[in-house]
Amino acid sequence: MNSKQSTRVNEIGLAYSDYRDLPSSLCKGCGHDSITSQIISVAFELSLKPHEIIRLSGIGCSSKAAAYFFGRSHGFNSLHGRMPSLGTGALVANHHLSAIGVSGDGDTASIGLGQFKHLLRRNLRMVYIVENNGVFGLTKGQFSATADLGQELKYAGRNEFPPQDLCMEAIISGCGFVARSFSGDPQQVRELLKAALSHRGTAVLDIISPCVTFNNASDSTKSYKWGKDNAESLQDLHYVPVREEISIEEFNPGQSRSVELHDGSQILLQKLDQNYDPSDRLMAINHLETARQKGEFITGLIYINQERPSLTEVLDLVDTPLSLLPEGKLRPSSKALQDILDSYK
Amino acid sequence: MVNNFSIVVASTNGSGSLTANLILLRSLFLMGIPVSSKNIFPSNIQGLPTWYYIRLSSRGFEAHRKNAEVLVAFNRLTFGDDLANLPSGGICLRPDSWSDAPEREDVITYTVPVDAFLRDAGIRGKNRDYLSNMVYVGAIAQLLGIEFAAVEQSLGHHFEGKESLYKLNASMVSIAYHWVGDNTQKQDPFLVAPMDSNKDKLLITGNEAAALGAIFGGVSLASWYPITPATGLIDALSILLPKLRIDEESGKPTYAVIQAEDELSAIGMVIGAGWAGARAMTATSGPGISLMTEFASLGYFAEVPAVIWDVQRIGPSTGLPTRTAQGDVMSTYFLGHGDSQSILLFPATVAECFEFGYGAFDLAEELQTPVFVMSDLDLGMNTWMSDPFEYPKQPMKRGKVLSEEEVSEVGFSRFADLEGDGIPYRTLPGNRHPLSAYLGRGTGHNRDGKYSEKPADWEQNMERLTRKFETARELVPKPIVDEPDQARLGFLAYGSTLPAVEEARALLSDRSVPSGFMRIRALPFMKQVRDYLEHYDRVFVVELNRDGQMHMLLSMEYPDLAGKLISISRNDGLPFTAEQILEQVQINEPQI
Repeated sequence: MNSKQSTRVNEIGLAYSDYRDLPSSLCKGCGHDSITSQIISVAFELSLKPHEIIRLSGIGCSSKAAAYFFGRSHGFNSLHGRMPSLGTGALVANHHLSAIGVSGDGDTASIGLGQFKHLLRRNLRMVYIVENNGVFGLTKGQFSATADLGQELKYAGRNEFPPQDLCMEAIISGCGFVARSFSGDPQQVRELLKAALSHRGTAVLDIISPCVTFNNASDSTKSYKWGKDNAESLQDLHYVPVREEISIEEFNPGQSRSVELHDGSQILLQKLDQNYDPSDRLMAINHLETARQKGEFITGLIYINQERPSLTEVLDLVDTPLSLLPEGKLRPSSKALQDILDSYK
Repeated sequence: MVNNFSIVVASTNGSGSLTANLILLRSLFLMGIPVSSKNIFPSNIQGLPTWYYIRLSSRGFEAHRKNAEVLVAFNRLTFGDDLANLPSGGICLRPDSWSDAPEREDVITYTVPVDAFLRDAGIRGKNRDYLSNMVYVGAIAQLLGIEFAAVEQSLGHHFEGKESLYKLNASMVSIAYHWVGDNTQKQDPFLVAPMDSNKDKLLITGNEAAALGAIFGGVSLASWYPITPATGLIDALSILLPKLRIDEESGKPTYAVIQAEDELSAIGMVIGAGWAGARAMTATSGPGISLMTEFASLGYFAEVPAVIWDVQRIGPSTGLPTRTAQGDVMSTYFLGHGDSQSILLFPATVAECFEFGYGAFDLAEELQTPVFVMSDLDLGMNTWMSDPFEYPKQPMKRGKVLSEEEVSEVGFSRFADLEGDGIPYRTLPGNRHPLSAYLGRGTGHNRDGKYSEKPADWEQNMERLTRKFETARELVPKPIVDEPDQARLGFLAYGSTLPAVEEARALLSDRSVPSGFMRIRALPFMKQVRDYLEHYDRVFVVELNRDGQMHMLLSMEYPDLAGKLISISRNDGLPFTAEQILEQVQINEPQI
């Protein structure tokens, strides 16, 4: 980053660099690094408080990224495909926290598909980013479950199995915020990230993030060239934080639609497709399937439903985080023990 | 034959017989007679044979006995074997409608007109099965001399708040009780008489006691996946937590119970919550431990507190889900790949289930590592007598956690060993100090918690973990030792074999053979173990698994003493009897 940005501070007095952590050790040109930059940039712009957010990941190239941002926030680089359960425990233990999780297509669609879907059923307050490149990078080029049918790779040969569509899986699992983007479109990634951070439950961002080393043949749907040529954007996005006055005039009123997020902030969708309504689950599924048949991938906010409460809302916990409750709240009295033991006599 | 015999009720599972059996057990308990029970049940919901043993022992012996003297035969399908298993001079109570039932001349048989009672009372449908169980409650109470008032009180305890059910059941008990009184001539010596042994005592399962202990230990998150025989522990939590852990000010819970999609996820949540600073636990059995291995290994290496109850059942594989064992000792002690060691606690009584229920959280947080509490089906699911549990004497030990202020003063390095005990300091998410943040990881790390592939970093970290394990030896519950003068033989055991070992020792003592006893309550071994082993000519290591797993661990830890250790290990899914232990002792000590 240039020196101008490193000296500028945000509303809570933190500099851009305060949201960074270690330098990336991923391959030069990796799409994941671009996503990391957008995470840092959005957190800086929104003045996220580092102690109110945790960063999580599983295992793989993508999951290494958790070490590259939010150096002032606690985090956990967990086990392969198990970020959802560890994150669930942490967010129930302290429901004042929210999480940004980075995972990959192997971590989410292969080994972690079960935990991914059950996380979405439970609906924790987490932005779940899948840095999706269709390939196992860290073990040098095996197919993941999102690889294209019929795709050929030098190491792995031909893939004979249909890909898992993580946006489809997310919608079916009851997720209330499902978006897809492309790491080569930083503007859209940023706007989706901002909106996702305002969502009360789990927000899934499936970001096609080409692997420059093992999966960048131009005919792969996870390549830069393919992404640039074939991404069909559902809408132009503009996220408006709750503290800003919403200036709907900026957009052509006939073509924009505003979605209010639970904290009062808004996401303005400028529609390219006049008929697309992201709150219509059936339309979202239909759109994904149509795009698949046409060999396209659609980007933007595919589905939103803010009705479902998060797990911690369902649990209706005491306000103090469970992790910070004092002994007086955790250990009932000796009288309480006497009384309960009497019922066993 | 007063207050010293066993009753076995043979019935069909799913018929409601457990209710009837618990009422019998409680009636005897209320008469002040020391009682214990074994529920030998199938892995099935309805229709398979089940046996419930109640042992009365004026000396307070609680171990399993192979054959009961009193048979309540309410399952025609198993009657042939059940009758054959009765010792000579035993008695049998059965319905009178089994016209083709076998007989034994050396057994006294009583019959009751179950069908007639049900018909006369107008009982139909599924209530027939439930109420036919109440017939044997009334009939056996009359035959053995169980006070009717005690039976009524037990019925009242069981059907508290359900007046019409109480009346229905009590009336059937009464019909049978009085019919037997009027129509049956007692011809056997088995009788009960009131005693004064049970004042203030509880009647409770190990699983319930464990749940209570966890609640008084401040459990804040319990996540789990259903599995026999651990399910009852979480069921008890779900019943007791709303009674004990609602915040008075807000009226809201200070806990969360989450049913996970599998055991991987269950322990994942526990590790996540433990890392975030909450007291978190799960309960499972052997197959679940296998699935939890991956996260347990992370917990060991990333140094995250967690409490895992392993209510053991017989394995390997699915094994017998409703039969007991102590078969997970070796695998759990070394759980995980690479160099790995776990803290194991071995409760032997329901009181210890309570004590370890809260104590395990202290240990896990002090040591920042998963702690496994090795219960089993026998201890966890059977109903035991106990003195009331003692309220925790010490405040909670939350371990080395740095606040914002402390980080300001002394800084923070996640894996630095400042005190030389191998235990590092940690900070919790939510801490506002910028230096408090760190990224937990299962990958190699330096003392600051940053990823490192340097050989020295790896080695130093693993050496510190070894040091931490040495510290654990001083923190875990000490063994319980009983060393009578002149004892030449010693026993060493752990967990639920306690009643059988105690009874075997008492029987040896009756023959003027005193014996020592060390009951291990935790792994790793404390230094007292060596002292104990050195003191005896021979030490019998008693355990309920095929391979003698504790015997192997002792032999590894004390190779110089291994020659004097004799393994008494077996497992067929049933608890040890004192006789089985004595048999093995006599093989090795023929002069006894």
